[in-house]
Amino acid sequence: MATFIGMPAFPEASARAVGDAQLRHNLRKATHTIRARRAAVVAEQPDWAGLRAAGAAIKDRTLRHLDVYLERLESAVTAAGGHVHWAEDAAEADRIVVDLVRATGETEVVKVKSMATQEIDLNAALAAAGIRAYETDLAELIVQLGDDLPSHILVPAIHRNRAEIREIFSGRMASWGRPAPEGLTDDPRALAEAARLHLRERFLRAKVGISGANFAVAETGTLVVLESEGNGRMCVTLPETLISVVGIEKIVPTWRDLEVFLQLLPRSSTGERMNPYTSMWTGATEGQEFHLVLVDNGRTSVLADRVGRQALRCIRCSACLNVCPVYERAGGHAYGSVYPGPIGAILTPQLRGLTGPLEESLPYASTLCGACYDVCPVAINIPEVLLDLRAKVVAGDHRAERLAMGAARRVLDHPKWLALAQRSVGRLRRWTPRHLPGPLSAWSDTREVPVPPRESFRDWWARRAGEEGGR
Amino acid sequence: MRVALFVTCVNDTIFPGTGRATVRLLERLGCTVDFPMEQTCCGQMHFNTGYRDDARALARRLISAFDGYDAIVVPSGSCAAMVREWYPSLGVTPPAGVHELSEFLVDVLGVTDVGAYFPHTVTYHPTCHSLRALKVGSRPLDLLSQVRGLTLVPLGGAEECCGFGGTFALKNPAVSAAMCADKVRGVLDTGAEVLCAADNSCLMHIGGSLIRQRAGVRVLHLAQILASTEED
Repeated sequence: MATFIGMPAFPEASARAVGDAQLRHNLRKATHTIRARRAAVVAEQPDWAGLRAAGAAIKDRTLRHLDVYLERLESAVTAAGGHVHWAEDAAEADRIVVDLVRATGETEVVKVKSMATQEIDLNAALAAAGIRAYETDLAELIVQLGDDLPSHILVPAIHRNRAEIREIFSGRMASWGRPAPEGLTDDPRALAEAARLHLRERFLRAKVGISGANFAVAETGTLVVLESEGNGRMCVTLPETLISVVGIEKIVPTWRDLEVFLQLLPRSSTGERMNPYTSMWTGATEGQEFHLVLVDNGRTSVLADRVGRQALRCIRCSACLNVCPVYERAGGHAYGSVYPGPIGAILTPQLRGLTGPLEESLPYASTLCGACYDVCPVAINIPEVLLDLRAKVVAGDHRAERLAMGAARRVLDHPKWLALAQRSVGRLRRWTPRHLPGPLSAWSDTREVPVPPRESFRDWWARRAGEEGGR
Repeated sequence: MRVALFVTCVNDTIFPGTGRATVRLLERLGCTVDFPMEQTCCGQMHFNTGYRDDARALARRLISAFDGYDAIVVPSGSCAAMVREWYPSLGVTPPAGVHELSEFLVDVLGVTDVGAYFPHTVTYHPTCHSLRALKVGSRPLDLLSQVRGLTLVPLGGAEECCGFGGTFALKNPAVSAAMCADKVRGVLDTGAEVLCAADNSCLMHIGGSLIRQRAGVRVLHLAQILASTEED
């Protein structure tokens, strides 16, 4: 099974992606299309700035009193006939879900597209327990059949084009259930029909469904899933047992609060005024069983960070991915996590900690251009969090860079030394190399090295002042 | 009007022509320009790479170098943004009256026609920190469109980052170069002779690539175009 574990640091992984012309083309086309759609539907909202501020404020207030709302949610879900489980980390969440499925005696589950279950790598844990998890979201299906990894929050198979999808369906569907029709073409309608037939069998057979949730309303214990295909609704209604795995930050206190997010999310994610399917359920209906697994997995430590905690406002819309020039060239896999793009660059190092080369490289996977902050519907200042994380990274062992930065600071902190350095490079200007040594070669590989001037600005200024004074 | 010029370390060291052009332009518009010699760098490179103590030392130097001035003009969007938008997160209060060049011309001096003459086809790249941090909006374009002889052509994908990003260019050279390639394609598609921006660091990156490709398009800082007259 494909896994993000052991992925290289961002610069290496992204360099590989940059060289993949097909991937570059797929990503450019897809991100620019969604980007334009989002811009159009956001522009038609008379008070987007007000909605955005409200979204951020609601999330901040909820996070400040998270303990209160979580317990409120727990009692409301319990009162409505559901069971609530608490998981401190991914391993505990996986264990809870595996045990719940085992208790049903089933060996198959159908899944609604969910980031939380990807984050805890639930499918691998289920597989290890002899339980087969069937993804039912079209894009997740493509990823699963291709033994691939998701590369986008909303569109996990964004890196695939329809020719590749046809190949995956034709080659792999048979080993998962109903095979693809003979002579399948890459016509989107034909591909969707093949997926529909294949998935329909999964839905009708399944006794256990597993979902995440976009929101959990504390006052009534209601879970909310927004989707486009209706496959999620099949999973949350057809099976006898429903298990929902939800991050603790997905909570909203009341339905009044939910209203704000139901306006922010579809416009920001798919660029629609409203998404086609919004499913809401409260506890369990007769004859069915409902379990809610609330997952921490690093979130409370993010909450403890004064600057970084704003990342917990995220509603997983992926607007930041679609405008990010780095994501567009690097692709999602380079971020080494189910959370790619700008939000991944601040979420992954916080959830996992700055524990390795990949996590330490992510805060630097940005030019700080600020496009992500502009489009974020809950006003997460991603550049601010990136900068804060960078300060934490360099507090570790980075001796060579620290020496270089310290030397640069000492020169820049003494105008006379700076002038001396400027005169030295000015005198050597004729010997400016075309190719720089060591880490600086990263500059001169693709760009000309600027030739320093004969005279720095400060020397010109001093000379001019001297000439004028002498006149 | 008496103004202090914060030329920035990049302009001081590598692009003094931009500093001289800024002086010439401001003096032509009736300003008395001072250059406090104690100034060096705003600390952005250190700050953006994570070295906050080094950045703070440089920020304090800047504050004391410019003490007593009501107006500080900066021919760089990203350095102006560093001082104005990011100094507070270092615990340093930014000096009042820090203006990026186009802001100073349009908002403080109240001019868009600066009396410039530049008979060339020009396209303008709105650098990210001018655009999204300072929000200078259409000010640079308003200034350029009043320059006599100048034909302004719009740049496709103008608001997309060029891929410079300071140490990003060194830490993630592949993505940086890929972003630059798309920016260069946008510039070449305009047919312009000159690419103009208000940040020489971004221009050093795009321009360095244009030269490497022998593309035949030169880069110029906004100040250099606005300083040009028929006598040049």
